[in-house]
Amino acid sequence: MVFKLNNHLLSRIASSNGHGEDSPYFEGWKAYDSNPHHPMENPNGIIQMGLAENQLSFDLIQDWLKNNPKASICTPEGVNEFREIAIFQDYHGLPEFRNAVAKFMAKVRGNKVTFDPDRVVMNGGATGAHETIAFCLADPGEAFLVPTPYYPGFDRDLRWRTGVKLIPVDSESSNNFKVTREALENAYEMAKLDNIKVKGLLITNPSNPLGTMLDRETLRSIVRFINEKNIHLVCDEIYAATVFSQPEFISIAEIVQEDIECNLNLVHIVYSLSKDMGFPGLRVGIIYSYNDAVVSCARKMSSFGLVSSQTQYMIASMLSDDEFVGKFIRESKTRLAARHRVFTDGLAQASIKCLETSNAGLFLWMDLSGLLKEKTSEAEMALWRVIIHEVKLNVSPGCSFHCTEPGWFRVCFANMDDQTMEVALSRIRTFVNKDVDTKKPKRTLRWQGSLKLSSPRIYDDFINSPHSPLPQSPLVLARN
Amino acid sequence: MVEEGEHCGRHEFGAVQWVREAYGPSSRKATCNTHGQDSSYFLGWQEYEKNPYDEVKNPTGIIQMGLAENQLSFDLLESWLANNPDAAGFKKGGQSIFRELALFQDYHGLPDFKKALVEFMAEIRGNKVSFDQNKIVLTAGATSANETLMFCLAEPGEAFLLPTPYYPGFDRDLKWRTGVEIVPIQCTSSNDFQITSSALEEAFHEAQRRKLRVKGVLITNPSNPLGTTMTRNELNLLLSFVTEKGIHLISDEIYSGTVFSSPGFVSILEVLKDRKCENSQVWDRVHIVYSLSKDLGLPGFRVGAIYSNDDTVVSAATKMSSFGLVSSQTQYLLSALLSDKKFTRNYISENKKRLKQRQTLLVKGLEKTGISCLESNAGLFCWVNMKHLLSSNTFTAEMELWKKIVHEVKLNISPGSSCHCTEPGWFRVCFANMSEETLNLAIQRLKSFVESMNNQSHQQMLKSSRRKSLAKWVFRLSFDHDHREPEER
Repeated sequence: MVFKLNNHLLSRIASSNGHGEDSPYFEGWKAYDSNPHHPMENPNGIIQMGLAENQLSFDLIQDWLKNNPKASICTPEGVNEFREIAIFQDYHGLPEFRNAVAKFMAKVRGNKVTFDPDRVVMNGGATGAHETIAFCLADPGEAFLVPTPYYPGFDRDLRWRTGVKLIPVDSESSNNFKVTREALENAYEMAKLDNIKVKGLLITNPSNPLGTMLDRETLRSIVRFINEKNIHLVCDEIYAATVFSQPEFISIAEIVQEDIECNLNLVHIVYSLSKDMGFPGLRVGIIYSYNDAVVSCARKMSSFGLVSSQTQYMIASMLSDDEFVGKFIRESKTRLAARHRVFTDGLAQASIKCLETSNAGLFLWMDLSGLLKEKTSEAEMALWRVIIHEVKLNVSPGCSFHCTEPGWFRVCFANMDDQTMEVALSRIRTFVNKDVDTKKPKRTLRWQGSLKLSSPRIYDDFINSPHSPLPQSPLVLARN
Repeated sequence: MVEEGEHCGRHEFGAVQWVREAYGPSSRKATCNTHGQDSSYFLGWQEYEKNPYDEVKNPTGIIQMGLAENQLSFDLLESWLANNPDAAGFKKGGQSIFRELALFQDYHGLPDFKKALVEFMAEIRGNKVSFDQNKIVLTAGATSANETLMFCLAEPGEAFLLPTPYYPGFDRDLKWRTGVEIVPIQCTSSNDFQITSSALEEAFHEAQRRKLRVKGVLITNPSNPLGTTMTRNELNLLLSFVTEKGIHLISDEIYSGTVFSSPGFVSILEVLKDRKCENSQVWDRVHIVYSLSKDLGLPGFRVGAIYSNDDTVVSAATKMSSFGLVSSQTQYLLSALLSDKKFTRNYISENKKRLKQRQTLLVKGLEKTGISCLESNAGLFCWVNMKHLLSSNTFTAEMELWKKIVHEVKLNISPGSSCHCTEPGWFRVCFANMSEETLNLAIQRLKSFVESMNNQSHQQMLKSSRRKSLAKWVFRLSFDHDHREPEER
């Protein structure tokens, strides 16, 4: 018998780092975990600004839950439904859940479009939805085009277990990182030269990390592009209800509705309640496809990540309450707009510019290129480490989003209370003023050398500290 | 058509034609049918859907006996809920914790829940083994757990050995998106379908013949569809086998809490402990899959788990669980439920009593009809022997009988061939997903059917024996070619 090390018995997927968590970027998380800010207990700790969570409107949800005990199958008012719901594992999902989700999606889009509940397929969060759609649309070795900068999680969600490749489509700050036809064509041609078959294009609209929306012309151009190349279009509209100021959100659903020449079999939407409603823990992800075969296949695959029937039931009840939904969407936007304004004003006072077209999302795309010693990604990383360890803010560096221009950072604003936000802003002001005065020689920072990390942990936005029993989200702590 | 979900059989049914050209370019996975849902067995489901039995509204409808669900102990859960309003209402100490739960998406899972879960698992095993909550990974049901383990342990094109008969869902869960192959370990009724050393070796050789690298063995213990617990002997055999071959062993113990009579349940971990394997190589290669879908009857909540002593597997599986985390709302509820030791003790014992009573009802009822079952001590179903009702010892005859049972007897049961059984004539019949009255009615229907079959076949035997004597008389001078071999599968 040949002696085998256990690792040879594991798959390549399991023993490699395709999950993306060994990248040096988690450093910010590690630092935050070891020194989290708390207004009372640790006022000098690191403030978490790398977490794209929407924590501004929970009070509305909590009120609704209190007034609607029937929405829970566990309360005396709702327990009659317990058995039926507890055994319900049909991958079509509760009809009332699909209906409510379809209605909600339409409402978020100002009822300019309608959605067919039979095309709503549930998944384990948008994370599960993205992986599933990749499995449905592409074979190992085939590729998706993705405009940069993009959400770092895509590297794992679309590629890890599927074997699918991602090909970046570059964008530039000179035109506010717009997705241009030229860039799409270039990326497509480059793939062809490398003998890589492009199966689709993935866009996030509104964009993470930009916080901007795609305009009508760009969307139409994208639709023309995918039709000409006969490739799929996957639109991640997870931030659809976070568009808090003009112009109004334009969904791909609207574009394809008016475009009779578009081959609908190529169009798919990924959605989730994690951002719009602030429910990442409930794992409600949705694939909405205009392609019957994809709906059917995705539905079967959803067996691997169905939404808990307990959650489906509650969501169905909540989202069917038209009055509540209308009020929630309006109020949430108002609060996001207010937060956005305070933050951009505060940054402006520190002479920090943000992407001016931003009107959506839970974050700002900050331009700190003026603070770089040189326009390189190394300089960006050096600045980032300074921001974490000296300014004590965990923000996300542009390179983690595959941004080609150094100096951009994503900073989240909806996952903390007003007080903490003020603290963050004042720290930024202090830092910027200090830095302007002194062009210090590059300091050797102790932590710069060590890129080898002992404990793998997700670095990107939404995963909380594994050590805490409940999330360390600043807003939660502040409330206590 | 609504395809009702369950841990066995649901995926089997669905007749969708994939037309690649009409639907645009998609992946091979989308257009192939390894998901198993195009098999002809959807007929039973379709028939049931068209004409489902209802005590009041449709008393002549088809009774669903192909659904391995545990519906016997909901009252215990409901009364717990009534007495624990906080857990039910997102509250802790009277305070709302909705916000915290809504935000909690840490793939390490709610620590309180993992602790309660591993303690529950230990309790089911009579506390003869204990589990470390840091080695457990939460997944969206056992469906996801099994697929995830394949992604962690095997490359596309590699294989796992599975004893037959096995849960049809494995064909999807283990193979579909992973590209992993299943090679069957053929078990037969001659020894009550127990795993033998020669069957293991034969399966291994078969894999080699097919040029498939074997990465491990996957067993379901207690077995679906057999309803039996594995003997210590079999478990020892398996451990020796995987040790010698240097491969993995996955033990799907989803039915561990449904063992209602002796011999009791022996978990693979117990055998490892008895063999003092804690520091050996094989210790890291044994992985357990669990779920609350059968023991607690909560398949809708999607609570599955992987337990492994291999850190890399735990680490990789934890990251993969991102694709199917358990809803935080559900984790919280179940954490409170399972932490209530008084409740769990009572539930485990009461649930077993009820399962035993039901199983006895079915077994005795079938006995009176001249139908025997494999002697079983676990599960939510019986493995029923209807060989004697087949017109010939073939799978074609099995399907014929099955169709009759669905259409004429109006019972949806699962044919053994759907579980990859090597011998025709076995059927899986579930008993825990209906009321006692319905079960009795089902038994009654079967009894009437068998009686009418006996009458019919008696007539036919007379006819055919007359014909045979005539034929023999006519052809006795030429060579005898009346004697035919039963069809091979």
